[in-house]
Amino acid sequence: MKFFGSHSFQFVGVVGLQLALVAIAPTVADRARGAERSAMHESSVPAKLAYCEDCHGPSGQGFHGYFPIPRLAGQQTEYLKNQLEAFVEHRRTNNIMFNVAHSLSPGMISALADDFQALAPPPLEGGMRHLAPTGEKIFQNGVPEANVAACAACHGPKAQGSGEIPRLAGQLPDYVFNKLINWSKERGQIPSKPDISAIMSPVAHSLTRPQVEAVAAYLSYLK
Amino acid sequence: MQMRSSHTKTAAVAFAAIVISVLMGHAESPGIRNCSWCHGGSAQGYTPAPRLAGQRAGYIEQQLVSFGKHTRDSPFSRQYMWGAAATLSPQSVRNLALYFSQLPPRPANDGDRELVAVGETIYQRGMPEANIAACVACHGPMAEGVSAIPRLSGLAYTYLKRRLEQWSEGYHGALPAPMPHIARNLSRSQIEGLASYLSFVK
Repeated sequence: MKFFGSHSFQFVGVVGLQLALVAIAPTVADRARGAERSAMHESSVPAKLAYCEDCHGPSGQGFHGYFPIPRLAGQQTEYLKNQLEAFVEHRRTNNIMFNVAHSLSPGMISALADDFQALAPPPLEGGMRHLAPTGEKIFQNGVPEANVAACAACHGPKAQGSGEIPRLAGQLPDYVFNKLINWSKERGQIPSKPDISAIMSPVAHSLTRPQVEAVAAYLSYLK
Repeated sequence: MQMRSSHTKTAAVAFAAIVISVLMGHAESPGIRNCSWCHGGSAQGYTPAPRLAGQRAGYIEQQLVSFGKHTRDSPFSRQYMWGAAATLSPQSVRNLALYFSQLPPRPANDGDRELVAVGETIYQRGMPEANIAACVACHGPMAEGVSAIPRLSGLAYTYLKRRLEQWSEGYHGALPAPMPHIARNLSRSQIEGLASYLSFVK
């Protein structure tokens, strides 16, 4: 929304792409950015960021397209980098993101990951509210009788994530649901190159669908 | 109190069901007829009025509201749809949206077959190097759309082409993002490719 207010859109529509990039550059520059970033070609990072946000939402808050497109705002940079590599290496299956990730240089990935981590829009919410208390119990305490550890143990008590372990707070509930239900079909697809996704396999298998739905509902409201 | 509100709710649902069945049963009812003058008796569209049959109800509703608010402002929107949407109540908007969404759509099949391959590639894969997102992510593998995201499959070539051009001509759609940003980076031949491909998708 920030980029495409009716004012700037009218201007942008008339003048075209080149000026458009100049026009959105100050908005992006306003965001927190590392000193090393200023050495990069300025127009390319904002342009690529705007491209990511076409699908992931104007502030990276996620978007309900034909597929649920995940929130990237506030996401851990190490997680984002590892996932983008996983798409390219087919460790994680996703045709759309394979094509996207393929075109990104390591420097660009770094810059984008920093930008997304710095964003903090409110969550889209959308999970079923009456399930959130059940989801909270599972997230904070696990399901001992099913040998499911507390999610909070790795993802943190506020679901902020750490390093390669993703932030889940404010994630789209249908995205969380789809990922957990399809975990072993999408993640860790190269047996000779195991990755951190292996930790989640037994958890995803042990949780029932209603439990997954409850956890997803709880997470969708976390700021 | 609770009883009364549940009665009211039941009555409202029954009323809506009657209205819809009347609309479905009699395509000649005044509300529908006003639309069919331009969009066609079976709502398959007449250039430049797009096909409404099979369009997503959430999308039709959102567009009618945006015509009413004068947000969507291309020349034909101003000339025809601002007036057409001006007197519709929220309930008639929903009824019309539901009615048209349930009519079976026929593909226009009127694009240039030689441009289909170009269009299909852009639709399914995007152009990552040029920062063009893949259309499939939001509009779906068969361009079927979902909720307020429109079905594009089988719409007429000229309509698709004009809409894709208009995003970069300074006109506004119902929403400020993301289409203006995506479409203004498309070249003329890429737009013609997309419009051709989509016109043939069933």
